Amino acid sequence: MTHDVLASDLPRVPLGDWFDKAVTWLTDHCGWLFDGIGSAVESVVDGLVDVLTFPPALVLTVILAVVALVLRGWKLALFTLVGFGLIDSMELWEPAMDSLALVLVAAVVAVVIAIPIGVLAARNDTVSRVVRPLLDLMQTMPAFVYLIPAIFFFSIGVVPGVVATVIFALPPGVRLTELGIRGVDKEMVEAGEAFGAAPRKILGGVQVPLAMPSIMAGVNQLIMLSLSMVVIAGMVGAGGLGGVVLEGINRVDIATGFEGGTAVVVLAIFLDRVTSALGDRTPVAKAAARR
Amino acid sequence: MSLLRAEHVTKIFGRKAAEAQRKLNAGADPAKLRGLGVTPAVVDASFEVERGEIFVVMGLSGSGKSTLIRMLNGLLGTTSGRVLIDGQDIAKLSPKALRALRQEKISMVFQHFALFPHRTVLANAAYGLEVRGVPKEEREKKAREFLGLVGLDGWEDKVPGQLSGGMQQRVGLARALAAGTDIILMDEAFSALDPLIRREVQDLLLELQARLDKTIVFITHDLNEAMRIGDRIAVMREGRIVQIGTAEEILTEPTNDYVAQFVADVDRTRVLTAASVMEKPLVTVPANTGPRTALRTLREHQASAALVVGRDRRLVGKVSAAVIADAVGDGGRSLDELIDPEDVAPVRPDTPVADLFARAAESDLPLPVTDEHGVLLGVIPRVTLLAALGAINTHVEALIESAEPEKEGSPVDA
Repeated sequence: MTHDVLASDLPRVPLGDWFDKAVTWLTDHCGWLFDGIGSAVESVVDGLVDVLTFPPALVLTVILAVVALVLRGWKLALFTLVGFGLIDSMELWEPAMDSLALVLVAAVVAVVIAIPIGVLAARNDTVSRVVRPLLDLMQTMPAFVYLIPAIFFFSIGVVPGVVATVIFALPPGVRLTELGIRGVDKEMVEAGEAFGAAPRKILGGVQVPLAMPSIMAGVNQLIMLSLSMVVIAGMVGAGGLGGVVLEGINRVDIATGFEGGTAVVVLAIFLDRVTSALGDRTPVAKAAARR
Repeated sequence: MSLLRAEHVTKIFGRKAAEAQRKLNAGADPAKLRGLGVTPAVVDASFEVERGEIFVVMGLSGSGKSTLIRMLNGLLGTTSGRVLIDGQDIAKLSPKALRALRQEKISMVFQHFALFPHRTVLANAAYGLEVRGVPKEEREKKAREFLGLVGLDGWEDKVPGQLSGGMQQRVGLARALAAGTDIILMDEAFSALDPLIRREVQDLLLELQARLDKTIVFITHDLNEAMRIGDRIAVMREGRIVQIGTAEEILTEPTNDYVAQFVADVDRTRVLTAASVMEKPLVTVPANTGPRTALRTLREHQASAALVVGRDRRLVGKVSAAVIADAVGDGGRSLDELIDPEDVAPVRPDTPVADLFARAAESDLPLPVTDEHGVLLGVIPRVTLLAALGAINTHVEALIESAEPEKEGSPVDA
């Protein structure tokens, strides 16, 4: 045993080596699976990019403004016109749509995974106890750390970007779903049981609708976190606004970096307001508004 | 067979429930079990609820009554003991059969209403039928009908948040009634309401019960509420049922000091009835006697007036000594035309004592008590009423004892 000041008295635990070996084993043995997932994700993102860039920028801007008008009101509609117009005039339309597509796909995947896990965790204490540290890990482990194996599995491009985004954005979706369902008044659930409703009917007819405001807050947070990953996704070659910002950083080009960042903010505000407006349209929120 | 039966039902919360149960069976004091980290919520509760009865379980908070009611429909399992509905042990049912039982036989009204805020009043009231799979049109028709019964016509399309507490609980009641079950469990159903509103929904419940003849288990911590609506009352303390009886039995024959103290503050005039304070009339005049005999009877008793009863002991009216004396002076031979059929206003045996004061003040004769056929059962002199008003326990109990024979026996003879 060495007596170096920095050395530990405990035997060295080769945690990093184990992880490295696990990643290698997975790439060797489950390559087909990752290839499948990778090409599926890539084609969905590409398809969505095609859809978003098919209409001229101004046409899509107007469509999004109408969506904003219907869901939220004229203020957001005006913001949408100005903001997306600005993106177009900064000649950032294509990277912005790339990022939007990536974020939307990642968010949808994350929601599809998060809500069922949240529901399970709410109904089963064991699941909850297992899931919680995993979520802590996903939220606090620096994104670069799982970006590296993601590149191993999916090589460089949009796919590791989506994967990293899903991992980072998933936790609030799970947490707020669990919290929402656990927070449903116990008497409401008892009422369902007392009238002989099956657990599945109570879940679908009572717990999920009543937890919906909380679940929608989770979805909203999840989308916000997805957007915050745009730049990091750009580092693994996902392109989009992340690529623009990185280019600005690499060239110490303040103007490019600021414009790319501004475009991210415009997307973020739009998505935040629209999803929180969706939360206000849940039956429970609507009923509360009638009071 | 009784519709609902609890046999030695015990519920112990905590990991070591089984061990605690063994100690209890061996005669351990439930209070000492808390050392095991368990909470004995209900201990050895047994009772039967008959069809069409309102059975009230009364106790302070923490006495285990909410746990007890939740075992009656299986929301909570029993640690030991059985709950039988229609002779069926509900612990033996599969989850599916238990759900079917709840759909068809036993519904519930909750303390905080437990209405679904995202559904309309109509959809809430129709919930039980919806769960049962009744088609939309039919269940909404039923729900409308019961919303009408509880006085909520025109509110069907509102959401619960738009209704006051009292109205929300009417919806809760309509939901339970529309489910069409024989048994309704009511868990502190009116406790969250203001006193005035509470009284209103109590009246509504009694009115509906008279029409629909449900079997109701009603949980409350309010003794006055228990006395008011319960056909029978079970008093709970620390998980045990300490007494089961009618309101009067609990008031007049408390089984222990706890119950006696509990009932000490009850407004007895609301619980005690005319039957429990009435007395044998000192003097009555048979309708078929002649005026002279009648006059003699009155004089013998130094009475200025008396009630007149027919051959079948039906109350006919009253006569006053002055009127008879005049008639005898004029040579009248029949008592019939001297009888004043007005102004006697008999009361029923189940009239609360509280409602007797005004009547007693109006009349110079003792208040007559008659059954539904008009047969005179007894009378209540003003003095007796005043004694009841004094509400001194011993006094009232003495009065009740003295009134006892008249309850069963023949109350009247001349």
